[in-house]
Amino acid sequence: MISPTLERSGGQTRLWIRPPFIQSARLRWSLWAGALIYLVLAIGSLEVNWARLSLGLERGLAFVVAFLRPDFVSRWDEILIGFQESLTMTLTSTAVGVALSIPVAVGAARNLAPTPIYLACRGFIAVSRTLNEIIVAIFLVAMFGFGPFAGFLTLTFATIGFMAKLLAEDIEEIEAAQLEALRATGAGPMQVLDYAVLSQVLPRLAGLSLYRLDINFRESAVIGIVGAGGIGSTLNTAMDRYEFDSAAAVIIVIIAIVLCAEYLSGWVRRKVQ
Amino acid sequence: MLSIESLQKRYPTGDLALRGVDLSLEPGAVLGLIGPSGAGKSTLIRCVNRLVEPTSGLIKLDGQNLLELDRRRLREARRSIGMIFQEYALVERLTVMENLLSGRLGYVGFWPSWFRRFPQADIDRAFELLERVGLSGMENKRADALSGGQRQRVGIARALMQEPRLLLVDEPTASLDPKTSRNVMRLILELCRERGLAAIVNIHDVVLATEFLPRIVGLRAGEVVYDGSAAQVDESVLSRIYGEEDWSAMTRRMNADSVEASGGLPEERDVAVA
Repeated sequence: MISPTLERSGGQTRLWIRPPFIQSARLRWSLWAGALIYLVLAIGSLEVNWARLSLGLERGLAFVVAFLRPDFVSRWDEILIGFQESLTMTLTSTAVGVALSIPVAVGAARNLAPTPIYLACRGFIAVSRTLNEIIVAIFLVAMFGFGPFAGFLTLTFATIGFMAKLLAEDIEEIEAAQLEALRATGAGPMQVLDYAVLSQVLPRLAGLSLYRLDINFRESAVIGIVGAGGIGSTLNTAMDRYEFDSAAAVIIVIIAIVLCAEYLSGWVRRKVQ
Repeated sequence: MLSIESLQKRYPTGDLALRGVDLSLEPGAVLGLIGPSGAGKSTLIRCVNRLVEPTSGLIKLDGQNLLELDRRRLREARRSIGMIFQEYALVERLTVMENLLSGRLGYVGFWPSWFRRFPQADIDRAFELLERVGLSGMENKRADALSGGQRQRVGIARALMQEPRLLLVDEPTASLDPKTSRNVMRLILELCRERGLAAIVNIHDVVLATEFLPRIVGLRAGEVVYDGSAAQVDESVLSRIYGEEDWSAMTRRMNADSVEASGGLPEERDVAVA
């Protein structure tokens, strides 16, 4: 069926295609070609050791099989100690980290802090967030020796950066009118922080703390691998001994705990809104 | 009690918001500050309690020059200056009682205020004021559960908790419907009269201003262009403040209202109902 409009305009259909992101056709196609050539060369440069790969696959298969029958029993004591360490590390580092992050967050909020303090706090946050937990953990393990204390310090440090950044952004978005109103009553700076700022960011503070508790537990498993104690160390030992069934048990327990923590923190966050 | 002399405010952007304002206020006197948006009304009242730092000039409250106070003295001075805001500026997540008690923060230390342990006298006063503004029994409601008119009553009560001598009122009715606006204006004026408070009321609504406020100050581009009785605000005065416009319809309404208002404040029964 041809619509009457088309017939009237002399039977010419007017086509429309979306204008390309890159206007020049030659540039567009040469970019595609370049990407393809790079891909081919990159794959060509890989040196694949097929013997090693088949060995790896075999081990991978052994691992998967081990997963199907995890062994909770033979290393149970070590798993238990690992989890105790990890949970201790998680709770203490979250508590201390959150407590320390509050002053840093206030200092890093544009609407509250004078410029020098603002810059110092933002600088600290940037450093803390740039350094990955594993790098910090390696550094602190070298300083304080193997064990959960290094892990506690690592997670505290990371928590401060994470919490302070997100909390500072929240503080910067509070209603300025409430701040003004509290100042106008003659309240001191700490009282203004309590009534006008804390009351507005409290739900977010609670939510972020619980979220961070989650993250810290997961991270505690990772940094254990570089010697910072906790369940990560247990996992690492099991892998080193090729005890994949015990390793599988550790991983399953980690997953279970993370799921529980996530569900719990979601529930609490809904409650405090 | 309050005298403002050649007050200037230049914002960091270079805008001259106030160009030498002179104003004086007797104890217990109430004045309405009108003027177009951007004339400097908000800046002017915020200069009085130094929420905005003036660039130059003099502001004296009962003989004390507010502009040379250090931070601590300024906080003490602010206790005797209550402020009421356009969007109420209540701490939404706190209870009505906490909002009222926050008016006492200048008088109590940090720890008592942190644990919400205020002196019994403050709590008695808060209950009294709640009753006076018609919100008895609301003390444990959260501020964000109230209607606009109720919130503004909490805002008024909070300002009065400070036991101020002067009230700064910034567009108290701008977010309220006409009837609630009139109730709120009436309440503010009654409370000022009861307690002998002086007040500066920033207000957009000229008809409401001339009806309730005996003295009107017109601000235009940072200068006082009218300072006189509300009865004398006519078409030429409005043109001086706001610029040329056909003001006849508005002045007719103002005249009609002032006939009704001749016996003092216009009375209505439902003062305490929002």
